[in-house]
Amino acid sequence: MSEKRGNNNNLKGLSLHVLPFSEIQYLSITDRIKKILKLILGNKVVILQGRLKVEEEIRLVEDTMAMIDHVKQFRGIELAVIEPDMKEANLIDKMKLGLANKLSGGANALTIIGPATVVKEIKKDPKKLEIYLG
Amino acid sequence: MIRILKAFSKRILNSLFGRKEEIKLGFYGPPNAGKTSLANTICKDWTGEEIGKVSEVPHETRQVQVKEKVVVEYKGKKLTLKIADTPGIATRVDYEDFLKFKMKKNTAKKRAKEATQGIIESIKWLDDMDAIIVVLDASQNPYSQVNITIVGNIVARNKPVLIVGNKIDLKKADLKKIESAFPEYEIVGISAKSGQNMDEFYEALFRLAKKI
Repeated sequence: MSEKRGNNNNLKGLSLHVLPFSEIQYLSITDRIKKILKLILGNKVVILQGRLKVEEEIRLVEDTMAMIDHVKQFRGIELAVIEPDMKEANLIDKMKLGLANKLSGGANALTIIGPATVVKEIKKDPKKLEIYLG
Repeated sequence: MIRILKAFSKRILNSLFGRKEEIKLGFYGPPNAGKTSLANTICKDWTGEEIGKVSEVPHETRQVQVKEKVVVEYKGKKLTLKIADTPGIATRVDYEDFLKFKMKKNTAKKRAKEATQGIIESIKWLDDMDAIIVVLDASQNPYSQVNITIVGNIVARNKPVLIVGNKIDLKKADLKKIESAFPEYEIVGISAKSGQNMDEFYEALFRLAKKI
């Protein structure tokens, strides 16, 4: 797997990796999770355009647990998904978003996944998201 | 002979009308939400025995614990359950978290290893369940991704789900937060520790059983 230099930003030791949906679009579940976990093992916080499917999320949890047992110093991940609040949106806007999500794997959402040793906690409520670093 | 015929016809009728003789009911949720406490309350109410040990240390349940033939009789209705109390699902397990509870390093490491295996086991049992009770701690933020992942996976598997907000006896408890996080699902607030609102829980349990 090659990392795009332009997608990496370093901020006082914190390394973010922006993963566009197009980079994982055609990968199988196994390869998607492998790619994400490989980045996390490199101590990177992954910002994924879109969101994982429910079966991918649970697979990510399973593979993470298996890795805690096998990789020294790996304690797991912190994960959060931010999606636009559509409660107040009208029907047309909801339909537009629904169609866009179908075509792009939920591209209006952002998924943040980081190693638990780097990201201590992600606190989420509908209006804000706070990331506490370890 | 008559008994055999009776049992046979009952089985045929049950399969025709979709009624199960024993409902496999899974208790899922994050660690320390009170899954075992609730399962214990139900088992004690109807069998006189508990299903497992509870503790303030997270990941006390590290293997799926099963209690079969739990017959719940409530307001003239009857339900036979096979209760599966599962290890709490988390995305991180850090043995150092257990050291805060005065645990020795080796014991903490062993507990962490068992906890990770328990989480994988919990997920594997999901498919085998007929209905799921998701137990959340009503005093904690319900918007964690783990909670959303658990509920999402249950719904994707077409399993009927009841969300229980436990620990409503605590001052910090806020059931409304759970209701706004999961507006499409039935939510019942209880305290498994004090037995508060268990009547409402049993009513909801019978409604859940009808959806199977």
